[in-house]
Amino acid sequence: MIATVALHVVWQRIAHPDHAFALALWRTVYISVAAQVIGVCLGLIAALMRRSRLRILRLISGAYVLVFRGTPVIVQIFFVYFGANLLFGFTLIPNTVPLGLFALSGAAFAGIVALGINEGAYMREIIRAGIDAIDKGQMEAAKSLGMTSRLAMRRIVLPQAARVIVPPLGNEFNNMLKTSSLIFFIGVTELFGDAEIRNSTAFQPVEYFTAVAFWYLVLTTVWSVIQAQIERALAPEEQGDGVSFRERVFQAWAPVAAWRTGGSR
Amino acid sequence: MKDSSHPVLRATGVQKRFGRLNVLKGVSLELRRGETLCLIGPSGSGKTTFLRCVNHLEKIDDGRIEVNAHLIGYRERRGKLVEDSERSIARQRTQIGMVFQRFNLFPHKTALENVIEAPVHVLGMPKQRAVAEAEELLERVGLRDKRDVYPAKLSGGQQQRVAIARALAMKPALMLFDEATSALDPEMIGEVLTVMSELAHDGMTMLVVTHEMGFAREAADRVAMMDDGQIIEEARPVRFFAAPREERTRRFLSKIL
Repeated sequence: MIATVALHVVWQRIAHPDHAFALALWRTVYISVAAQVIGVCLGLIAALMRRSRLRILRLISGAYVLVFRGTPVIVQIFFVYFGANLLFGFTLIPNTVPLGLFALSGAAFAGIVALGINEGAYMREIIRAGIDAIDKGQMEAAKSLGMTSRLAMRRIVLPQAARVIVPPLGNEFNNMLKTSSLIFFIGVTELFGDAEIRNSTAFQPVEYFTAVAFWYLVLTTVWSVIQAQIERALAPEEQGDGVSFRERVFQAWAPVAAWRTGGSR
Repeated sequence: MKDSSHPVLRATGVQKRFGRLNVLKGVSLELRRGETLCLIGPSGSGKTTFLRCVNHLEKIDDGRIEVNAHLIGYRERRGKLVEDSERSIARQRTQIGMVFQRFNLFPHKTALENVIEAPVHVLGMPKQRAVAEAEELLERVGLRDKRDVYPAKLSGGQQQRVAIARALAMKPALMLFDEATSALDPEMIGEVLTVMSELAHDGMTMLVVTHEMGFAREAADRVAMMDDGQIIEEARPVRFFAAPREERTRRFLSKIL
């Protein structure tokens, strides 16, 4: 026998989460979501800059990907948290960020910024590929109807590209949920941090890290269900003629509803 | 119906090069209001390129193209032609409808949404009015019952008819057809040609690149033969098909008729 696993500790961490844990879980979720949103926005901006007529914008977009995809995230996180204020000479990363109902710690803010900027470099490549995947005829048809390329991009190309982008975007967010654990190293007690702090006093690494792995699995599984829903909602023409997502849900429930109201079918 | 004041389309000496390849070697063409001109010729002769130059999907290297006496794609500055701003080119294109070989319907929009897209978002027409007009247009191409269907569920012929309705929704002064039936199964060509003929007889001004000689004979006011980047012959269909003047035209017709 190598070691005895105190299963009741694992069970305790899974079935009876305490307040500190709940807070850590919540941090992981909102930090990941916020960073991903920033990443998508930056990625979109950079992808559009890459298509610009202005050479300087194309260069900036290229340099962005080169730097942030080519260096470790942990370096970027440390750089933003410890270095940004010194570099710029003003307070880019404050000690606390008041957000109405609750305040964000400076470390969490730095983490979101760093993860978001890093993510943007990957998202640029994904969004670029999504735009490139749309037939050139779509842009031409839109232009022939009098649209400017900006309007055509917004109304015709991007909505179609979104469908190509969502599956890899889902992978990215799955990654983000896990990568966000790195910001424990600048002192943000998120899911992994919570487990490590417990472990450092109890020294039961197998138990605590098994339990935290389980919770990460829960997060990524919930996300994969949400992702599947988004993908379906974005592909209306594959759902039959003019049937909305809500109508399809109703149809799927129709037999149950009929049974409950005593109707016969 | 024919108006002699100024032609709807006037192209003079249009030249276009792709790298070192001379695709258009000075094409001149006039189209009066209500006229339908069929542009025929072997593949690679420059028909499609010329059509794409008319709404400035391709830049031109020399010559000029005017629609309703307005220069397309360029602006005159100190006697020279410089490319116009994107916004103003876009505005010019609202007057020129185009139907593509591969339909290019917007797959994420229903037939009706395809038709109202540009009137609502380019012209700023109120949605209610755009829908009413779109329904009329879909009726005209025989697809009113397909208004809420996505392109993927339509046959090729139906898609192309929706594409025609979509172009007509902008009430263009000129319609361009780029081999509109070439990507269709044989049994669907007829339904699209019927719509095009009706349009021609209703007085639409049309420039039609086609391989359908039956259509050219029946619906065109004039037929022009293009070869190697030039228009080599142009005549009324009866004359054109019965007694082509050029040897090259005779050879081409003998191959495809």
